[in-house]
Amino acid sequence: MFKLKTILIYAFLSMAAFVSIFPFLWMIVSMTNKSVDVTKGRILPGGYLLQNIQSLFTTVDLVPAFINSAIIAIVTTVAALLIASLAGYGFEIYKSKGKDIVFNILLLSMMIPFAALMVPLYRMFGRITQTFPFIGIDTLAAVILPTVTTAFLIFFFRQNTKMFQKELIEAGRIDGLSELGIFFRIFVPSMKTTYAAAAIITFMSSWNNYLWPLVVLQSPEKKTIPLLISNLGAGYAPDYGVIMTAIVISTLPTAFVFFFMQKHFVAGMMGSIK
Amino acid sequence: MSVRLKKNAIGWLFVIASVVLICLFYFYPMLQALLLSFQSGPGANLHFAGLDNYKRLFMDPTFIAAVTNTFIYLIVQVPIMIVLALFIAVLLNDKTLKWKGFFRTAIFLPCVTSLVAYSVIFKYLFAEDGLVNIVLMKLSIIPEAIDWLTDPFWAKITIIIAITWRWTGYNMIFYLSALQHVDQSIYEAAKMDGASPFQQFFKITVPLLKPIILFTSITSTIGTLQIFDEIMNITKGGPGNATISISQYIYNLSFEYTPDFGYAATVSYVIVILIIILSIIQFKAAGDRNV
Repeated sequence: MFKLKTILIYAFLSMAAFVSIFPFLWMIVSMTNKSVDVTKGRILPGGYLLQNIQSLFTTVDLVPAFINSAIIAIVTTVAALLIASLAGYGFEIYKSKGKDIVFNILLLSMMIPFAALMVPLYRMFGRITQTFPFIGIDTLAAVILPTVTTAFLIFFFRQNTKMFQKELIEAGRIDGLSELGIFFRIFVPSMKTTYAAAAIITFMSSWNNYLWPLVVLQSPEKKTIPLLISNLGAGYAPDYGVIMTAIVISTLPTAFVFFFMQKHFVAGMMGSIK
Repeated sequence: MSVRLKKNAIGWLFVIASVVLICLFYFYPMLQALLLSFQSGPGANLHFAGLDNYKRLFMDPTFIAAVTNTFIYLIVQVPIMIVLALFIAVLLNDKTLKWKGFFRTAIFLPCVTSLVAYSVIFKYLFAEDGLVNIVLMKLSIIPEAIDWLTDPFWAKITIIIAITWRWTGYNMIFYLSALQHVDQSIYEAAKMDGASPFQQFFKITVPLLKPIILFTSITSTIGTLQIFDEIMNITKGGPGNATISISQYIYNLSFEYTPDFGYAATVSYVIVILIIILSIIQFKAAGDRNV
């Protein structure tokens, strides 16, 4: 009886693990196969990897898309961390009635779905395109600006600031540091884990963002990785081997973040609900 | 200026950038959307239309299909995923279990893929001549290929399977972390009193994890109400409008068909209102039960 239960548990977990991993295995195996073999359902590795990589780089503009995505993700992450941590720190350390009210109003923005924002945002950026072409429609800046500040990240930093030792602030003041100096010289270095977790969350969601870039970016050379993958996937005569190679390469940055920073990643997720 | 007032003023300087940006990119657009929802017309030629857009909602079959589909995803997928994630988390929390790290990492792995990338993979796997049909037919589970993407019923199932694959591990991690903080002696005591594993699960685990279950069900609900990437990349809303979601309909109204920004804004207010209502219901439901 006991044995049977144990076997069932292992069987179930193995099934769940297999189903979770299988699409990855298939993707990696298909990267080494010819397109026709992929459609025939071949699940063994083949010898077509180099040809796939070669035709990927000759037929698909992966490199520019990769660069666009990287610029967007890095700028968004740096700006988001700076703005949100300043705010989270400000709301917690300089607590006042007025700020608490403003904070709660900001939290309401978490309820607003992006689909509801996209039409007015598109029109807003459309209107400024004439006067400020460098942040108008079809610029990377237009992708970045609306996604930089999220109430979630401000909330996340405020929650974590609660664990910051307030005595350090007094010590900094006695040492003659300015308020901003205390923030940059004492708070930032002592909250590395919080920043790491926030960076992972922001980088991953920015790297994978699809809807807003789809709306605001138009010219092919501005496309990001998700737009490129989506276009490849929608093609009428897809070369499966090449597409799988593109997907694997485009997943590498987030997979890297996942494997090397898994602890921070989980800590980051949990930090959001403390 | 007194020290207190000065500090208060400095505090505002810390938060001002985020306040301005959130007002500019969240609250101001929502106000614009509200004004837009009373206007109608193609592209930039908008004119005041009163409540026409709101009346149009009730007679628009695509809108009704989009709301119905979104609710089907919500009602079928979210509970299945949460139960599955809880179940796996409880199994993984067993101290005697071997290869725990492997199982946890494997089941969490789908989270590394972008929504677009996994959608494209699922589209291929579930194609009529795709691997899922090939394997199911080889194993004689099904006599002939299922039209996973082109049959109105199966297409919805495919979307539900896809979302469940992507997000179960994500939710599981929350439950697992919470379970690790639960005092094991409670279970020991329950076992001594003769509680079955099922009783332990429903009388101890579920009530203890209630705040986290509430949190994950609200985030999942908000996520599902906004679902777009998967629909767009797996079925494009088809066949017909069998899988179209509210977000995709807003996108189509604004950027696929002749742009009708006014009506699109009206539809988008429907999601906002749904999210607010459902979040309140979930808070209420969680609050009323055995607090």
